[in-house]
Parts: sequence; C-alpha cells; structure tokens
Amino acid sequence: MRLDLVPRTVRSPLLDILAPTLAFVAAVLIGGVAVAALGVSPADAFETYFVTPLSEVWSLQEIALKAAPLALVATGLAFCYRANLWNIGAEGQFVVGGLAGGWVGVAAHGAEGFTVWILPAMLIVGTLAGTAYAMIPAILKVRLGVSEILTSLMLVYVAQLLLDYMVRGPLRDPAGYNFPQSVGFDAAARLPYLMEGESLHAGVLVALLAVVLATVVLARTLFGFEVRVVGASPRAARFAGFSDARLTLAVFAISGGAAGLAGISEVAGRIGQLQPEISPGYGFTAIIVAFLGRLSPPGILVAAIVIALTTIGGEGAQIDLRLPLDLTRAFQGLLLGLVLGADVLARYHVRIVPGGPTGRPAT
Amino acid sequence: MTLDIVQMVLVTVLTAATPLILAAIGELVAERSGVLNLGVEGMMIFGAAVGFAVAMQTGSTLTGALGGAGAGLLLSALFAILTVGLAANQVASGLSLTILGLGLSGLVGANYVGVKRDPAPHLAIPGLTDLPGIGQLVFGQDAFVYVAVALVGAVSVFLWRTRAGLTLRAIGDDHVATHALGLKVRRVRVLSVLFGGACAGLGGAYLSLAYTPFWAPGMTAGRGWIALALVVFASWRPLRVAAGALLFGGATVLQLHAQAAGLGLPGQLLSALPYLATILALVLLSLGQRGGGSLAPAALGRVFTPSR
Repeated sequence: MRLDLVPRTVRSPLLDILAPTLAFVAAVLIGGVAVAALGVSPADAFETYFVTPLSEVWSLQEIALKAAPLALVATGLAFCYRANLWNIGAEGQFVVGGLAGGWVGVAAHGAEGFTVWILPAMLIVGTLAGTAYAMIPAILKVRLGVSEILTSLMLVYVAQLLLDYMVRGPLRDPAGYNFPQSVGFDAAARLPYLMEGESLHAGVLVALLAVVLATVVLARTLFGFEVRVVGASPRAARFAGFSDARLTLAVFAISGGAAGLAGISEVAGRIGQLQPEISPGYGFTAIIVAFLGRLSPPGILVAAIVIALTTIGGEGAQIDLRLPLDLTRAFQGLLLGLVLGADVLARYHVRIVPGGPTGRPAT
Repeated sequence: MTLDIVQMVLVTVLTAATPLILAAIGELVAERSGVLNLGVEGMMIFGAAVGFAVAMQTGSTLTGALGGAGAGLLLSALFAILTVGLAANQVASGLSLTILGLGLSGLVGANYVGVKRDPAPHLAIPGLTDLPGIGQLVFGQDAFVYVAVALVGAVSVFLWRTRAGLTLRAIGDDHVATHALGLKVRRVRVLSVLFGGACAGLGGAYLSLAYTPFWAPGMTAGRGWIALALVVFASWRPLRVAAGALLFGGATVLQLHAQAAGLGLPGQLLSALPYLATILALVLLSLGQRGGGSLAPAALGRVFTPSR
C-alpha cells in the first residue's frame, strides 16, 4: 500500500475551514482518552474545559484578556510565516516590549500635572523596543544568512534574563522590601478599564484593532500582496522584483512590534508593574494560534479565543478536577500537530494506492 | 596535583557536552537526509522525564535510558508521519513537537519532582581508572559518555564510508533525483528522523539519570535548541559536532565557575552567555564562509511529494 499526495489546483474554502475543525475535534477526542487515563470522567473534563468558562462573566473577561495578547502576537507572526520567515522569538520581543515600556512607566512614577503623555509613550516605546529586538535576527539573516530560527529563539532566553536582572536590580522598588518588582504604575500609566469594577481593559481593543488592520493590509495593499506572493512562490516574487531583504526586515519589524505592543499592554493592563515574569508563554502559544488560524487575521482571532478558552478551562480543571496544567500544554501541542496534518486534506488529494511502493496493483 | 585539577575540569566539560553530543548527532543524521526537526528540545525533555520514570519503576538505569530513547523515538515517529508522510511544514511541526514534549514531560514527571536516585554508575577498571591525570577522564565515565563518543565515530563512518550513508546524504541533497533513481526517499527519511528522536531522548535521559540526577520540569533549559545550533555550527559534520559540543560544555562550566567565584558580574549575564555564545558562533561561522555558499544539505526543510 502506498500513500499518494496529489496537489490540488484549486483550494476549496469549505475544506480550509473543515480541516482545522476536524483537527480540533480529533484533539478533543484524544484529550478525552488522556483524561480518562488520568482517572477523570471525560464528560466532566469537557464541561470544565469548554463550557464552564463560557458561563460566567468574570471567566469570559479572562478569556478576552488572554485571547488579546495571543491574537495580537499571532497576527504579527502571520506576516512572517506567510513570507516563509520563521520568527519564533516573539516571546522575547514580548518581554522586551513590556520591559522597555514599563521602564517609562517606572520613570514617570509620581509625575504630577500633565500626565496624558505617559500611557501613549509607554505603548510606543514598547512597540519600538519589540521591533528593535526583532531586528537582530532579521539583520543577521539579511546580512549574513544566519538562521533566524535559532537566533530569534536564543534571544528569548536573553530577554527573560534581562528582565529578571532589571527587576531585581536597577528597576526594583526601593520601598518594596526587597521583593523583585518595580513600583506599581500610577493610574495615568495604566490601560483604562472598559467597565467599572471589572477586569476587562483597553488592551483588548488594541488587539482587535490590530486584527482588523492586518486583515486590510494583507488583503488590500501591495505590501500584503508581496507577503503572500513571496510565501506562495519565492521564484515568482523574485521575477516580480520584490526585494527579499526589504520584506524580511518589514515582516520582522511588524511581528516584533506586535509582540512588543502585546507585552507593554499586558504590563500596563493586567499586571500594573514590572516583575520577573510577565508572560505565561504568550509568544510561544501565539505560534499555535497563528497556524490554528491558518495565518489569516480573522481566523487567528477565532483561534486565539479557542486557545484562551482551553487555557482558562485548564486552570479550572486544575482546581476542580486536579488535572495538571501540563495537560493543557500537551493538548495545545497535539492540536497544532493535528492542524498541520489535517492541512494535507486541504492542500492535496490523498490517494491510497494498493500494492507495493513501485505501484504494482496487488493481485 | 595541577594535572588532577586539569583532569577534573576536563571531566566536567565532557559531562556537560555529552547531552549536546547525543542530541546533535541524531539531529545531524535527520538533517543530512533533508528533514529539519525543530522538536529536539521537546524530544529531549520527554526523554528525560520518561527515562527517569522508567528508571524509578524498574530500578535500572539501563532500562531508564532505553525508555528515554524510546520516548524520543515515539515523538519523532509523530513528526515523521506529519512531515514525511503528510508533507506538513517541517518548521511548524517541529515547534508543535516541542510544545507537546514539554507538556507530556510535565505529565509524566509530575510524580517524580524532588525525588532523587543514584546517578548512573561510572566505569571503574582497577589500575587504569586510577592513572594520574588521565584515568578518570578516559576510564572513569558513565556509559552515556562512551555511547556518545561511539555514536560520533559510528555516524561519521556510516555517512562517509558506507553505501547507505551515501544514499542518505544524496537524498538530503536532491530528493527528486534520488527518487527518480528508485531510492526510497521517504523510508530513509523516516528512519533518519527516528534515529534522531532516539538520540535526543537518550540525551534527555542522560540529564535526568546521570547529569543532575533527578527530574525537574524544564530541566533541558534550551539544550535541544543549542544542539540544533551545533549542527549548523558544525557544518553538518559529526566530528565538528563533537568539537562544538565540547566547546559549549566548556563555556557552561566556565559560566558555573564564574558564578561561584562571584566576579561581581550579574548572574543573569553569566546565565545568558551560552545563548549569546550560540548566536556569536553562528555569526562567526557565516562570516567565515561568505561567498563559499551554504554547506547545508540542499533539500533541507523542503517538502517532498513523490510524483509517481
């Protein structure tokens, strides 16, 4: 028996949606088996993971707050991945953005009078810092041909250590009893809450805006066209005169900036100060989100909500059912693998040919 | 006396290099066949967790090591199905493997956090192991170290001195031509990926069974990624992988000593050194070979769908 993959000439929009959905269903089924193996009823687990978080106002807000940075980072990454460039260091760019923007917040602590500039300055500095940090692997790639995969990933560890150093050293709150954290930001340095007394903050709007903007840019501008062509057919792009180097720098700048903006939004939104850890792995989870959303901004938004749902559900399952948090991570990794596998359905006609590898029919 | 100190340093360098050698030599074979598996970190940590769990259950380091290798093999089998069988994107599939491996390792290792066991036994040959200045280094290591060294030699001979090795390299350079010649592109690639997975799992098991020796979540700490960088750094040559791993082992040891000595440098800077050194090594390497063209297998990372 032999498996033949014949590329489809026309992609079916139905299959494009069906494939990731099937992958999700398969992942849930496998997850159910794993949960049963851990001695918990799969029905209970399903309810805790996917139903309970949707039934309460506070957990719905939590989902939105988790989905926002994921969608923002993944939207930026989609530009990179569409152009076949592999920035896998968004976690580092997120951290550097949070650190740099947060630094402004710390420096402006206690400022009186005219304070309207503080929050915009933080957001801009955070975005630029994320972009600048993403320029390191991009420039090394363009100038020297160094693999952007490895350099961007190595810089994640460096960024985390840098944040750790700054929060324990220069930026530590002098009145903070030696706790490794900065001063709490003033109200003028925080993203405003959307509703009185609730946790939902304006960072969610920032992410939504980015998704809309990215949709328009990818679908309606020459730059978006370039990104898509380079990804689909590098040869055609070269004939069309698109510059590889310029595009590499541009998509890294976008993805780094998006990650940096997500970082400072998290710091100025939910956290409100600098601390040794500001991200529960948003930069890495966003990679799953980007592929789950098929590298299209609206799809990414849906995927971000789904992944945020499983994360919040996972926290609930840890408390209610004593299921380990690592189960959620394994589930997300499995889901990404299945989505990539299911992609075959959308891209190829799969034919199972009986007979040996030489194609002789079995008689 | 100084001879003994030199030897002691060399022994620690060798032990720090061993997991890198194991993981990198396996990845080298996979990449030589044209498959880029970015899941080394995930396979390593899963190998570390399963290896430790199996060793605790059976009380045997050997079965633990085999369990670790088997765990890596299992994950790499998933990867092979995705990328070789279903022509999925190799970069993204490798990342999913890393995430899956990290999650699974946490599940397997949950019951063993904080549990200690005796490290893997070291070779002791009366007379030889006691030789001053060299005995410990050459005759006093644990089995993992000898396996790692043997693997480097074996892979080197296999790739450059056997017909199968030539086939493997040819497939990594041009899958269309080799397929047209009737060579089994997909079969060779699957086997290469599986070998890489087993090696990465073994490297992880070395960490939890010999190097530390206990299980801690996230204990690979990026070693899988450094192993990936080593393969590039070594221009896809086994002996250079070993040399590069020793260099990195040396850097790690240096960093630990500097941290202990308290040079007044922030600990975070010292901890960042291995990662910065990796970037620097990659930069120097590409500065050195400018104009010389890439040394990577020509079909590395490309999707292959046989056309009859």
